[in-house]
Amino acid sequence: MANLKNVTKKTKAQAMGMHSEVLTGRTQQKFFNPDEAENFYYFGTYDVDFNKRTDLDVKDMTAADANKEIDNLMSQGYGTIVIKNPQGKHSIGVGILNKLNLIFEGSLGYFGIGSCDGPIVRINGRVGWSCAENLMAGKVVIEKNAGSCFGAAIRGGDLICKGSVGARTGIDMKGGTIIIGGDAGAFTGFMMQRGRIIILGNVGINLGDSMYDGTIFVGGEIGSYGSDAVDAELTKSDQDWLKRKLKVAEIGENFDVSKMKKIVAGKKLWNYDNLEPTEKKGAI
Amino acid sequence: MCGIAGLIHRGKSSKVGHELQGMLQALKHRGEDSTGYALYGDTDGKNFIMRFKVGENVGEGSTSVAEDVSVYDERKKIVDSYLSEMGAKIVKEERILPYSLRYEIEYNKKDLLEFSQKIESIPGVEILSMGKSLEVIKDLGNAKMVCDRYNLDKLVGTHAIGHARMATESGVDIKSAHPFWGYPFSDVSVVHNGQLTNYWNNRRALENKGMRFMSECDSELIAVYIAQKMREGASLEEGMKESLIGLDGVFTYFVATKDSLGMAKDTMAAKPLVLYESDDLVAMGSEEIAIRSILPQEIDTYDPFDGEVKVWQI
Repeated sequence: MANLKNVTKKTKAQAMGMHSEVLTGRTQQKFFNPDEAENFYYFGTYDVDFNKRTDLDVKDMTAADANKEIDNLMSQGYGTIVIKNPQGKHSIGVGILNKLNLIFEGSLGYFGIGSCDGPIVRINGRVGWSCAENLMAGKVVIEKNAGSCFGAAIRGGDLICKGSVGARTGIDMKGGTIIIGGDAGAFTGFMMQRGRIIILGNVGINLGDSMYDGTIFVGGEIGSYGSDAVDAELTKSDQDWLKRKLKVAEIGENFDVSKMKKIVAGKKLWNYDNLEPTEKKGAI
Repeated sequence: MCGIAGLIHRGKSSKVGHELQGMLQALKHRGEDSTGYALYGDTDGKNFIMRFKVGENVGEGSTSVAEDVSVYDERKKIVDSYLSEMGAKIVKEERILPYSLRYEIEYNKKDLLEFSQKIESIPGVEILSMGKSLEVIKDLGNAKMVCDRYNLDKLVGTHAIGHARMATESGVDIKSAHPFWGYPFSDVSVVHNGQLTNYWNNRRALENKGMRFMSECDSELIAVYIAQKMREGASLEEGMKESLIGLDGVFTYFVATKDSLGMAKDTMAAKPLVLYESDDLVAMGSEEIAIRSILPQEIDTYDPFDGEVKVWQI
């Protein structure tokens, strides 16, 4: 591993294999500096102990009450919370801006684990549409299948589904990694702007349609490519990164990553040239 | 938004009215302007069951015009006389509500087109369903309200589909409520969640072929489209597969026949569907909570992919 103390901020992330894209347009890209970690905190977060564990049965609770109770338990220092009987309820486990071990014994409905930053979540069932939407950081593992819009607009973290996922996985994602053990539906990576999607199985039509940036790796068959999604060379660095990610994700550890396809943005869409509309007219 | 639900028991019968009520009630947040059931009950298969209406529910929220009950009585009389003219014998008659009736009819002709056209030539009369097993019940309100009003809780059968409707493109009335009968086919019904964007083009083409539309609800097109394909000789599954190309828009829909249940999802997978499948039961709905209402234990479910068509037999 590269010596992270002796490289510039931007190179640190690249040395860790977190960024390989080269942006050609205007960007507000900023890199996180580990030395300044103490300056990053959310108001109202709790100091929790992972070894302090409790159960929460949400069978007869509304989603709002369940979420309030999770917050209440964190305020008491519980760092590991096991949710019993979620039974497909919508919008549970949302808005957690805290380190936390959250385990769901069952399935979630729509918008589960939305807008979270930091928790490590394991769901022993299935999740409905828009799981982990807007995830900022943390790790979410789904043991079974997931619905459409999985990981919509995530900005960071690892989102792992060991089964198959529906359509529009990673739509509008702006960072982070989505890993799918099974198949993915149509329009996977639709308008993605950054980050990575790994699909070990097959993927549906219009893969990476109108993607601005980011990378998609596919192990199986591709239904069709979307607008401006193109093949790219799978490098040794990519393969090393894939192996490492799959190992951490606990899926496909023996998967032959050398045969995976790599799909990136062709960057031929109009919004990739730096010309103002008036300049563009002149250029034409 | 709308919510749809369906289930099919394989190799046994169950209280499908009660089960579907639970599934649709779990989806009531997706719309409760009206709720409809297509129930496939256990019958001896000798007589037709005709569910029909002679007027609309003009209760709160309805977009229909109020009529005097005497008008309903008059229409019913004409229906009775037309049935007699066509050689159909009423074996059992139930007037569940002033505007909603259920007849068991002894009728030997197979072609229901002429029969249906004759009955529906009476202004204000619509056949909701005609079949030897199928009964379509639909009315304003949520699943529980409709179930209680029509006493559907105890109906035993093999399969059922239903719909919780949020009215968007047509009125709040029974004629626009789902399920739609696959006129003029015995025992065919359809529910749909989504929007069809080539409704008028398809409708005009189908009307030119003699098919009838009772509402301006785009979902009715699916029932008529599938019925027309079957009329041309296609199987249910073939008709559904063709619909993925012929129908434009975003949709997930269910079709049921006397002995089967099918689902189709558009090529963009824009509308939700969660599916549970085991050896003896298939249950599906717009959201997993619908399935959870009949299967509270931990189960494996999945979302069918874009452009997927599946058909199950009882």
